[in-house]
Amino acid sequence: MLKNRIIPCLDVKNGRVVKGINFVDLKDAGDPVEQAKIYSDGGADEICFLDITASNENRDTIYDAVKKTSKKCFVPLTVGGGVRSVEDINKLLNCGADKVSINTAAVENSKVVIDSSKKFGSQCIVVAIDAKKNGDKWEVFTHGGRKNSGINALTYAKEMEENGAGELLVTSMDRDGTQVGYDIELMSKISSKVNIPVIASGGVGNLDHLVDGIKLGKASAVLAASIFHYGKHSVKEAKDYLDSKGIPVRI
Amino acid sequence: MNVTIVDYKSGNISSVINSFREVAKEKVNIEVTSNPNKIKSSDKIVLPGQGSFKSCVEALNNIDGLSDTLNEFTLINKKPLLGICVGLQMFADIGYEETETKGLGWISGKVSKIDNQDGKFKLPHIGWNEITIVKDSKIFKDIENNSHMYFVHSYEFVPNDKKVISATTDYSTKVVCSVEKENIFGTQFHPEKSDKSGLKIIDNFISL
Repeated sequence: MLKNRIIPCLDVKNGRVVKGINFVDLKDAGDPVEQAKIYSDGGADEICFLDITASNENRDTIYDAVKKTSKKCFVPLTVGGGVRSVEDINKLLNCGADKVSINTAAVENSKVVIDSSKKFGSQCIVVAIDAKKNGDKWEVFTHGGRKNSGINALTYAKEMEENGAGELLVTSMDRDGTQVGYDIELMSKISSKVNIPVIASGGVGNLDHLVDGIKLGKASAVLAASIFHYGKHSVKEAKDYLDSKGIPVRI
Repeated sequence: MNVTIVDYKSGNISSVINSFREVAKEKVNIEVTSNPNKIKSSDKIVLPGQGSFKSCVEALNNIDGLSDTLNEFTLINKKPLLGICVGLQMFADIGYEETETKGLGWISGKVSKIDNQDGKFKLPHIGWNEITIVKDSKIFKDIENNSHMYFVHSYEFVPNDKKVISATTDYSTKVVCSVEKENIFGTQFHPEKSDKSGLKIIDNFISL
């Protein structure tokens, strides 16, 4: 039976992890390799790097981080943040990323999704959708949530599936950072609309939220950042908890 | 010993290279090439494959002498070869992804889309699934039955002779996920991304 996945996400800035796990015995808390290793050894089903490097001149730092991590980490590695073109995707894959997530570029130019999924295969193309509720619908935001495209998130999700996305990473902008749980309605609506796997993101504050994301939100995988940081919960605890609630996980 | 990973410019093979180098350490030399002469002189071959069946077969045929060299290596010299994902699928006579495409024909059978039962099962089949070992395979030494492996695919290999099947996985139907026929080995899952169990399979292949 296919298992639901737990994906810890690490923010990487200038090639260094910010807000990672902060154990006392950690030699270098900013080292992406060390952080990713802790997660994969702890049973993470995938690792996600979100590159939040602000300045253009430091953009190459993510390549180096991916290169080093992929030599030591043997679970799938997804990398997103600032991916603009087919060439950016090519570079990340060559450095050892297994999947690349595309956000703003997919909204601005759907050809990036069409061309890259044709060139590299759908299996490595994840379209990241940042959605915010407006009345009774959700709209897609770009540029790290700063710009409203006005596009309906549900229609957009279907369109991205048709363009060749292999998975959708759906983040609720309303919930992101709030720790009150995923936007279940958004997740289940998108998941029911498309036939590709949906990864739920944004708003996890406790382990029950992960359960809800899968059971109610119908997500195939759950992504979380802060609950795994600072040792609040380990990936192992999360998996044991999901298992106790009858959710199939890899233990 | 030389193990060659065939780089025929189809998809991303960095993870395959990284995992084989991690397992091989200094004891085995891992080459990455599409050069037929180098392939001829190697002891073992890894045939990765990403993207569609059609694009992989085309990429393989685009390199002069490559498919002849692979045929000779595998069918005449009978040296060990491991196909991964579409690398395994290409063993078939024929594939139906995008359009009907002829495969290498090493293990008689076809590659068709997984039956998603009218949308009940999402495709691609992405993530960790347990494998049911149905036959002793040399690459499964010390691998427990029901071990988890990482999958990403929408198409499955359906061999005519069921005796070549070494493992299946449950997704919609019993999907063939590993085959062994004499010196030919293949996994539909990605050992290079399947953590310790996956690295063990790679180790088993290298140690054959």
